[in-house]
Amino acid sequence: MRIDQYKCVACGNCIPVCPVGAIYIDPAVGRARVNEDECVECHACYRGMSKEHLFPPMVRAIRRVAKAFRFRFDPEPDICPTDALSPQDLTWPRIVRRAFSDPLVPHESTGIHGRGTAEVKTNDVTGRVKEGEAGFVIEFGRPGVGARFREIQAMTTALAALGVEFEKHNPVTSLMSDRDRGLIREDILGEKVLSAIVEVKVGLEQVPTVLRAVRQVSRGLETVVAVGVSTRCDERGEDHLREILELEGYPAYRGKTNLGLGRVTNAGV
Amino acid sequence: MTNTLHRFSEHYAVEPPPNPRPVEDDFIVFAMATRNVNDDGLVEKYRTFARLALAHNPVNIGDATKGGLFRPQRTLNPLAHWRRDTTPEPERVVEEIDGPTTLAAVFRTREDMEGFVRDVRAANLGVSINISAPVDAAAACCKAAGVTRHSVEYSLGFQGRVERLPDRAVLEISTMCGHGMISHGLVRKLCDWVKEGRRTPAEATTYLARFCTCGVFNPPRAEKLFDRVRTGGY
Repeated sequence: MRIDQYKCVACGNCIPVCPVGAIYIDPAVGRARVNEDECVECHACYRGMSKEHLFPPMVRAIRRVAKAFRFRFDPEPDICPTDALSPQDLTWPRIVRRAFSDPLVPHESTGIHGRGTAEVKTNDVTGRVKEGEAGFVIEFGRPGVGARFREIQAMTTALAALGVEFEKHNPVTSLMSDRDRGLIREDILGEKVLSAIVEVKVGLEQVPTVLRAVRQVSRGLETVVAVGVSTRCDERGEDHLREILELEGYPAYRGKTNLGLGRVTNAGV
Repeated sequence: MTNTLHRFSEHYAVEPPPNPRPVEDDFIVFAMATRNVNDDGLVEKYRTFARLALAHNPVNIGDATKGGLFRPQRTLNPLAHWRRDTTPEPERVVEEIDGPTTLAAVFRTREDMEGFVRDVRAANLGVSINISAPVDAAAACCKAAGVTRHSVEYSLGFQGRVERLPDRAVLEISTMCGHGMISHGLVRKLCDWVKEGRRTPAEATTYLARFCTCGVFNPPRAEKLFDRVRTGGY
């Protein structure tokens, strides 16, 4: 993301809007700037802020006068008064930032918006996670911290060493150069994203081992890790995962429940 | 899209209190199709889902590719600072559905969610339907609606550098947009503004709702949380 230096009036509204804190006022020029190394190209500022199209020199003059009299400003906090935010054309490898950060961009590998994962949300038609299995959804960078692929690789290599199965239809898996070792393409390791999800599948009996490995690796990362675990329920709608999670000391309070109402409807499938 | 799984509550604090406050006003139901499996006639299926939801008092509905009931405005004039339109646009959400996406509806009560799940079951849309809520509430809803749970996914909360996360009030509000489009910084700023009386909890909530691109933000819950912040109840 860029900020048009002619249009910007340094009102500062975009600064708290940035999920990763990459926007700041540069005192040398009196305009807002984006720290491009930290910006994850999520477009939250560009898309989320409402816009006026005021004449920048006029706004700057008014702001100068108000400031001279120590007037307290009280503008709408979600408006860019001069429409100064401007997305840039992204090329490889920076383009992966947007793919993993802007929820309106569908992932090429899965065709799904958001984080690009289906998990057990469509398990009733995909059969991805079966009874006796657990699907792990390990998310990096969320909420509001961001993560670089180098940190994600620290986890994927540790998980690969446990012999887990990485989900094929997953955006991070699609960027692996060596799935058996959990290695991610070297040219994107330094790229920062708002969040990315690693999905692996194991037997229920391996859940404690994976949970401990995830916790151990997470301690050494510079980001936050949000973990979800799923399973297929039995014919009575009961699951055998909750007890394992509670024994391991995790809360099993909130979750997603697939109601099993999906079915194949496309002709010819 | 794990955008609703990790909504923060006291249950997920690093050191949870002995009796965490239950979440009783935040229930999400969403529909998701699978490419080449059940995405035939998808626009009509999703519109049906959205219209059924509107009959059960949702506090938000949203299309993950277009937005929710509250959207940013592209061409404001200076008068907007005093006369800004904050009317939710449910019909716009329904009309703009045009292809693959995820459709979500957010409810304030379990009764509303149950009524909607009953209707969705009867509509037999064929797309996958999920509840994102406290697991026990979802299970009770399934039982009441005569649905057998197919699969379940548990949130285990946050680990790693949790000291980089903000305080719980900010976290509880900002994680209502799991895509991270509602920044901690803006929530923190609005908490301060609400405390200073510069904005009401309702106004602060509406600003935030515009940033949520998929409509899973729960405005009444946010308003309640802002009000608790205002009076120092956090």
